[in-house]
Amino acid sequence: MSETKLIGNVSRRTILKGSAATTGAALIGGTFPMHFIKNAHAQTFRGDPGSAASVKLGFNVPQTGPYADEGADELRAYQLAVKHINGEGDGGMLNTMKPLELKGNGILGKKVEFVTGDTQTKSDAARASAKRMIEKDNVAMVTGGSSSGVAIAVQGLCQEMGVIFMAGLTHSNDTTGKDKKRYGFRHFFNAYMSGQAIAPVLLDEYGNERRAYHLTADYTWGWTQEESIKAATENIGWETVNTVRTPVGAGDFSQYITPVLNSGADVLILNHYGKDMVNSLTQAVQFGLRDKQVNGKNFEIVVPLYSRLMAQGAGEAAKGILGTTNWHWSLTDAGSQAFVKSFGQEYGFPPSQAAHTCYVQTLLYANACEMAGTFAPWEVIKQLEGFEFDGAGNGPTLYRAEDHQCFKDVLVVRGKENPQSNFDLLEVVKNVPRAQVEYPADMFGGELGPYQV
Amino acid sequence: MSNTKIVSPKKDMIFMAILSAVVLTMPLWLQPFGAAYPDLMQKFMIFGIFAIGYNILFGLTGYLSFGHAAFLGVGSYTAVWSFKLLSMNVIPALIFGTVLSGLFALAIGFVSLRRSGIYFSILTLAFAQMSYNLAYSVLTPITNGETGLQLEQADPRVLDRMSGIVADGSLPTPNLFGIEGIGYSGFYICAALMLISFFIYLRIFRSPFGLKLRAIKSNQNRMGYTGFSTRPYLMTAFVISGMYAGLAGSLLAVTDPLAGAERMQWTASGEVVLITILGGVGTLIGPLLGAGIIKYFENIFSAFNDTVLLNAFSFLPDWLAHPVASLVGLFVGEGWHLTLGLVFMLIVIFLPGGIMEGISRLSRLVTNRGKSDSHENKEKEQTSAGEV
Repeated sequence: MSETKLIGNVSRRTILKGSAATTGAALIGGTFPMHFIKNAHAQTFRGDPGSAASVKLGFNVPQTGPYADEGADELRAYQLAVKHINGEGDGGMLNTMKPLELKGNGILGKKVEFVTGDTQTKSDAARASAKRMIEKDNVAMVTGGSSSGVAIAVQGLCQEMGVIFMAGLTHSNDTTGKDKKRYGFRHFFNAYMSGQAIAPVLLDEYGNERRAYHLTADYTWGWTQEESIKAATENIGWETVNTVRTPVGAGDFSQYITPVLNSGADVLILNHYGKDMVNSLTQAVQFGLRDKQVNGKNFEIVVPLYSRLMAQGAGEAAKGILGTTNWHWSLTDAGSQAFVKSFGQEYGFPPSQAAHTCYVQTLLYANACEMAGTFAPWEVIKQLEGFEFDGAGNGPTLYRAEDHQCFKDVLVVRGKENPQSNFDLLEVVKNVPRAQVEYPADMFGGELGPYQV
Repeated sequence: MSNTKIVSPKKDMIFMAILSAVVLTMPLWLQPFGAAYPDLMQKFMIFGIFAIGYNILFGLTGYLSFGHAAFLGVGSYTAVWSFKLLSMNVIPALIFGTVLSGLFALAIGFVSLRRSGIYFSILTLAFAQMSYNLAYSVLTPITNGETGLQLEQADPRVLDRMSGIVADGSLPTPNLFGIEGIGYSGFYICAALMLISFFIYLRIFRSPFGLKLRAIKSNQNRMGYTGFSTRPYLMTAFVISGMYAGLAGSLLAVTDPLAGAERMQWTASGEVVLITILGGVGTLIGPLLGAGIIKYFENIFSAFNDTVLLNAFSFLPDWLAHPVASLVGLFVGEGWHLTLGLVFMLIVIFLPGGIMEGISRLSRLVTNRGKSDSHENKEKEQTSAGEV
């Protein structure tokens, strides 16, 4: 009981004293780093290298999680891009991209340095990592992301912070659609383009009387890809039997694949990526789906978004499977060859499409700064908007001003039956011209937001 | 138990003042560690709140909850919805986040607290994992699934609209009557709330209620025989710690208005257990230290890459610099979990009382030089491990 009394005596006066101490300390504490606060001065901006001899870029990629393979390759490409921008190595695409104002002496005479972070393929971790780059390392630009969920989350953050985000591998329509941002740019193609590119090939190969079953990664990318592929295949007369959402990083897909066998479907469409796709495809093949005859036709599997890294992971299972990619290292144009050559010299194997898009994005940003003559993001954005270029591996390309989406040719590929090497796993079935995959800028809605935040 | 010793309130006030000074000057003294940037300092504060709240349950009653991340997640989602529907002001977000987490804790606690020990842990884990899966897929309209719940230009923000605040152009940021939730001002908001939460937590530790919680930990049966029903006390502790987690969750949304389902995953629940054990279970300040160390590791160590390492070892001859950098590289960058694991093992093996035990051992070493009365010192060590 004496204890209660003691506590009773304590409370009021001591709380007052304590709060006084706290407020006092808060006042003292509150006086310092005010100069960091946003918009303290109209013409200052985050990531301004000022008079420093170097400028920092932030490479935010998944180093752990289901997309870690892609992330590792992206990081290699970024490092290569930094080398080339700084005038080291053989210059890669610096020699083939046109127009290009980069001189091989860094950006605006400043040497390029970089910091890296692990997104863990989680929105939270990715935003924390990007915040660290912006707040602590004072980066002029953030790039990366191997998942649309992450890309959209980081893009939103970058818009708030006023730092340009050059999206890496993100294929959701939302990235430059519903969730587009003034400070976000995407070079990679999207799900809608995949659907438009692959549908004619599917019609040729499998006919117009098919019943499709979708397994879809349950997040923004999967949703929009399912929607786009469904629309495109229904357009060529296919019927959609069922669409099932699967969690990202599920590992075991057998519980989702078993129902496919009895659904009456004769095509399985896997809206999966990375390790998820490797697992679901391998398991689907192990379950004997491809040896089956349904409705008098061979059962087929389609992977709308394909990559060499995934074909490598899936091995035998990937053979004969159709899909689309943004780019493939076997392309013979000057830009692709220059990039494959310098990447091969550096790391001993050809780059993936993820590496390609990240490399090009870094060069495009550097070039836009050079053209703008400043790192001020609103000026750089104006240079990127509507920028037309060639020699980066996909033919003449346009960065559309209205939604910051790049428009270029799309490849339809198939897993090779008899690969010559460990990397020669995909063959290009068709190079779909840009005109076939274009769409009006306002189709997906969304708003870019202001130039200055 | 030595923990029951009454500490004079004056001492507590001095302690609070010192803590406030240390916390509020963080932007200065964290500079040499490369940690003085707002996002990380905000995380120190937020996970500090999460951990002290957790310590009320785990540290005092000994009930190991393995599902506290669920409350963190509920707090975050509620706060973001409050930003979307009501106002960008943080006050409704914090209040709703905390209260709703409390109610959620009441529901989960009502079922889970019927069991103790490992069964209680498994029950809470099951509930948290259920909440995670609900947020991840079933409740997608409310949580936006894996993409995470985000603010939009077209959100209603009823209260803001009524008071004539219209967000044109860029997305509005959460604010406390104009003080923004991001950057250094966001840190001071978090710091102030952490200090308030800590004061309440301190009072709980010193109160008869805290004493009863400790009694539950030492012998629940004996507690029963003396005529106390333990369930209400456990329930209260569980709800309070759920509310602390909810407050931490809403603060996460205040500093960064996005709520993702991964916040509720079991790894997030495991993290707070780790934080508390690392700092010192049942000690006052231990969980704060643990939160600081784990967040520091997560944010700073994970960012070291080969180039940084090569620069750091550039003083070595070339043939040596590369192997050394690649060896160290195993423990930083993507391998930071390895370092954390090693540190955790070392602490659990050599300092079972966490970092606080290490500190009290050190202080005993220092004070021991003057005195020879080892018995008194031993007692002192125990009390200081328990109190500070």
